[in-house]
Amino acid sequence: MRHIISVLLENEAGALSRVAGLFSARGYNIESLTVAPTEDATLSRMTIVTSGSDEIIEQINKQLNKLVDVVKVVDLSEGEHIERELMLVKLRAVGKDREEMKRMADIFRGRIIDVTDKDYTVELTGPGSKLDAFLKAIEPAAILETVRTGASGIGRGDRLLKV
Amino acid sequence: MQLSGAEIVVRCLQEEGIEHVFGYPGGAVLFLYDELFKQDKVKHVLVRHEQAAVHAADAYARSTEKVGVALVTSGPGVTNAITGIATAYMDSIPMVILTGQVPTYAIGEDAFQECDTVGITRPCVKHNFLVKDVKDLATTIKKAFYIASTGRPGPVVVDIPKDLTAAKTEFEYPKAIAMRSYNPVVKGHAGQIKKAVQLLLEAKRPMIYTGGGVILGNASAELAQLVRLLGHPCTNTLMGLGGYPSSDKQFLGMLGMHGTYEANMAMQHCDVLLAVGARFDDRVIGNPKHFFEEPRQIIHIDIDPASISKRVKVDVPVVGNVRDVLKELIRQIEAARRNSDKEALKSWWSQIELWRGRDCLNYDRTSKIIKPQFVIETLHKVTKGDAFVTSDVGQHQMWAAQFYKFDKPRRWINSGGLGTMGVGLPYAMGVQMAHPKATVACVTGEASIQMCIQELSTCKQYRLPLKMINLNNRYMGMVRQWQEFFHGNRYSESYMDALPDFVKLAEAYGHVGMRIEKPADVEPALKEAFARKKDLVFMDFITDQTENVFPMVPGGKGLSEMILV
Repeated sequence: MRHIISVLLENEAGALSRVAGLFSARGYNIESLTVAPTEDATLSRMTIVTSGSDEIIEQINKQLNKLVDVVKVVDLSEGEHIERELMLVKLRAVGKDREEMKRMADIFRGRIIDVTDKDYTVELTGPGSKLDAFLKAIEPAAILETVRTGASGIGRGDRLLKV
Repeated sequence: MQLSGAEIVVRCLQEEGIEHVFGYPGGAVLFLYDELFKQDKVKHVLVRHEQAAVHAADAYARSTEKVGVALVTSGPGVTNAITGIATAYMDSIPMVILTGQVPTYAIGEDAFQECDTVGITRPCVKHNFLVKDVKDLATTIKKAFYIASTGRPGPVVVDIPKDLTAAKTEFEYPKAIAMRSYNPVVKGHAGQIKKAVQLLLEAKRPMIYTGGGVILGNASAELAQLVRLLGHPCTNTLMGLGGYPSSDKQFLGMLGMHGTYEANMAMQHCDVLLAVGARFDDRVIGNPKHFFEEPRQIIHIDIDPASISKRVKVDVPVVGNVRDVLKELIRQIEAARRNSDKEALKSWWSQIELWRGRDCLNYDRTSKIIKPQFVIETLHKVTKGDAFVTSDVGQHQMWAAQFYKFDKPRRWINSGGLGTMGVGLPYAMGVQMAHPKATVACVTGEASIQMCIQELSTCKQYRLPLKMINLNNRYMGMVRQWQEFFHGNRYSESYMDALPDFVKLAEAYGHVGMRIEKPADVEPALKEAFARKKDLVFMDFITDQTENVFPMVPGGKGLSEMILV
């Protein structure tokens, strides 16, 4: 099953490689991994999307907790949570496609953030499935380039991950 | 007063009460060696290869309750140390390894003797640090000792660039360290312990299985108290030997791949299993699927939550310091005012006695060729079971584990997890350094010993009167055994051709060498060797080439599917 795990860790050199190394050394999946400092600059927050049996997910949680740089670990998928991913897509926009691409971006509540005479760059946020759906809806030849951040997640309401 | 980084490192070691550092100098650590030279509180032990420095410091820690310390230079000093670090990591040994690094301004430029120490060691340490500012040096070293010795222990590397060892700053050694990201659990959950008590008292066919955690957690006395209180049978893993006295009737011997018939059968057929500081590894329970064909309730006490339910799903997990949890277990059992099921226990013990009657460690005692088991039995007799015994890895290791009956913890020093050939001699050095007056024997084989043989020179320099028991069967015995059993007797590359004359070799290093070829000479030779209190005696026992280690649970098989003699 797919799990989305949030990790608070010391914002120190090498902390990311400890997490990445743990996953590769023990043969765990990483679907995506995002990391950036938090409002407290001494801490980073990481969101890892992974998959595995209940036993593997339990081990992933325990092994993450065992890393000396890791302050807290929460499996967001255990409760109510929201996840968002950002995608930038460069779309071919010439001739009649120009109007069509604008319409598609609107339908998916994307924003066109860069325009040239040949292409649009669209910014789109949402759960991964929405980004997938957008890409499916566009004719493949019109997609010039994509870049995705991987998911970031947060618990709903008073589910807080803080020190 | 301002001190240089090098002075600070030495002062930190003094503050930690470190008496011995095992190491090897080099360019990046010259300032450190200069400071070591100027004082005499911390003694440096010069090895002949960095791997041996780490092994020796590791054994120093295993045989005491202290943290072992090794010091090596950058680049090749570090890469040579890796095997030692990985060995200590697999067996959770508290160590601090100080490594030299090229100056901060040269890092990343492929400088002479540069390597990414933090990157290379990351997967085989509990934690590591690259110190970037001399102001952080003392705190980092304090953290390293704290992390190494608390929770589930392990090696910690501190990488120190050369320019930092020359730079100066104010020195203050922190008294205590608090880390928001590192807070090992100590006390076990009272509710879980209560559940465990219930299960233990209701058990019809109980079994207590303990590992290295009992040794590292200094919980042998509590374990013995608990086992006697309950009247249950007890087995130890390879790493746990000495955690419970081997000469006691409730002890079933070691379990696992080369465990005793009675220990493995009881493990397989018990209805309540208490695991203490052990991790159900593949050499212990064999095929987990087969292990689960018999239903049983499992209680697992361990300081590391990640060790629980890793290979085997347990029913009652108790995370905590083994010693404190055992104390609480004992307290609750005594307070429970009820006894174990005496009738059930009686019939369980009579079943166990039947298994024990199989006498699975029997061997041919009339042989005209020296049997390796006989050497170990005689070693036990001659040393009155009171020696520190280190071993290398292979058949001789298993025979030492099976036949040297350890009654005390921290007496049996070997590489269990990583299975590192070559540890035996440096391990013995570390033990002898920690216990100058003790009798230290190293059980080795002609293959393993050659992996760190250069350390005979170190032994000469420090006058270490080790007793080397070389079980020489002219084969990599364990490889040969597997080839005999599983590869159609094709002894591919396992024959040790062109062996040195070990007697002459020992003499060349300035030691005493003996060759023993007849069973009748074994005891007199051992007596003579152990009477030479000041000499290292290298005993080359010419043993039976065809002898195998029994019982054996073949890889992928279940515990009760042993091959017996």
